[in-house]
Amino acid sequence: MKPPPFRYARPDSLDEVLRILDEHDGGARVLAGGQSLIPLLNFRLARPEVLVDIALVDEFSRLAVEDGVLRIGASVTQHAAETSDEVARHCPLLSKALPLVGHLQNRARGTVVGSIAHADPSAELPAVALVLGATMVVRSVAAERTIPADQFFLGPFTTALEPDEMLLEVRFPAGTAARTAITEIAPRSGDFAIAGAAGRLTATDDGTVANVALALFGVGAVPQRLPEVERLLEGENVTPEALDEAARITTATAEAGSEDVHADPAYRARVAGELTRRIVEEMAA
Amino acid sequence: MKPVPDPTGRLAVSMVVNGRTVERTVDSRRLLADLLRDDLRLTGTHLGCEHGVCGACTVLVDGRPVRSCLMLAVQADGREVTTVEGITPEDGLSPMQQAFKDHHGLQCGFCTPGFLMTLAGTEPDEHADEESVRDLLAGNLCRCTGYEGIVDAVMAGWGRSR
Ligand SMILES: Cc1cc2nc3c(=O)[nH]c(=O)nc-3n(C[C@@H](O)[C@H](O)[C@H](O)COP(=O)(O)OP(=O)(O)OC[C@H]3O[C@@H](n4cnc5c(N)ncnc54)[C@H](O)[C@@H]3O)c2cc1C
Ligand code: FES
Ligand code: FES
Repeated sequence: MKPPPFRYARPDSLDEVLRILDEHDGGARVLAGGQSLIPLLNFRLARPEVLVDIALVDEFSRLAVEDGVLRIGASVTQHAAETSDEVARHCPLLSKALPLVGHLQNRARGTVVGSIAHADPSAELPAVALVLGATMVVRSVAAERTIPADQFFLGPFTTALEPDEMLLEVRFPAGTAARTAITEIAPRSGDFAIAGAAGRLTATDDGTVANVALALFGVGAVPQRLPEVERLLEGENVTPEALDEAARITTATAEAGSEDVHADPAYRARVAGELTRRIVEEMAA
Repeated sequence: MKPVPDPTGRLAVSMVVNGRTVERTVDSRRLLADLLRDDLRLTGTHLGCEHGVCGACTVLVDGRPVRSCLMLAVQADGREVTTVEGITPEDGLSPMQQAFKDHHGLQCGFCTPGFLMTLAGTEPDEHADEESVRDLLAGNLCRCTGYEGIVDAVMAGWGRSR
């Protein structure tokens, strides 16, 4: 249970990070908080030639709200975001999600951006990014590009990032007009979710749903939006019948996911329906 | 912490461990936990799972509890590390250690340093009730006690009744 040999670099500029990623042609990996990468090394599931520690690049520690956008840089820890007033004020769903990400000892080092780059199917933050319509800012030596969240997650632990690219920052639309909620079931607090649901909802004064976005995590291979449930709810009042129907459709349309010691796909789908009911009820209340 | 622009298999690092400056040249792949235990002989930091789940290896880095099995020694370069040895008085036990002893907060003791370090890096005020204390402790596993004694010990150590 020790990492295989690798070479370690700790540049203090973005250009140097990108140069090392470029030179090693897939053999170099970014080391952010290490809370997922180091277990992979300890289990020898990953054998990178080079790890590029990004801790010394000043600009990556930026967390700021500008023009209605919350920008979180690549080295901002989950703990820093969790305790940030700016995040609490401008992006309440992210604030609610962060305490669910691992244990406090993991959040002290794990990063917001690293969680999204890692794309664990049961991770909370990718689902939050999807629900809020976040944008990924990606850079290689050659170019910078942006990728919307709904095109970023391609499969378990697989994203649209190329091996020579890094995720510079994630941009979350800021704002408190919508109501938001996230919930999950996990064996213990801090464990990976067996299934979870996150959402954002705006309603008119008489309680009619104007706009809703819902996503599951821990169920399928990637965080999954629920367009049929969203269509069912939009323009309607959230009645007990509508909640039953939302739960039913969620279970019926949930992607068949993994089977492990905790649950099989059918159980995950059933729980996903119930969790979706709970967050919609909470947001409509 | 100095920049390391070119990838290297070994690196000279310097950090403050329990108040003393330590300088060593380590393999890049050396885990902080192994530096502490094997090179510095600070064997109070225990290794259970080596993948971040059990919490036995918890130490403070710059005052905050972290998993020393998920941190490379090179990442601790220039930082301040505190282990269970560093919070133990020269003679006797700290109040929290005494509370663990008094309230059956341990049996085999394997998990205890991890619990103590999590607590050492926590503001009691941020965990006002028992529910919140249990939540705090969820990142440390104990296979002996069933946790009741540990919760009792924390409440007593923080001067609360349960
Ligand atoms: C016991 C335990 C429980 C956990 N529970 C949860 C949980 O409930 N929910 C959850 O979501 N996570 C959980 N995690 C994982 C979480 O803690 C990690 O922080 C997160 O998945 C990865 O973030 P990191 O900064 O640690 O990234 P690292 O481990 O450093 O990197 C992870 C991967 O992403 C890549 N990467 C990181 N940053 C970038 C970047 N900027 N650009 C390109 N690639 C990058 C790395 O190369 C690597 O492949 C848990 C971990 C542990 C050990
Ligand atoms: S040994 Fe580090 S968490 Fe288990
Ligand atoms: S006392 Fe034995 S594991 Fe906790």
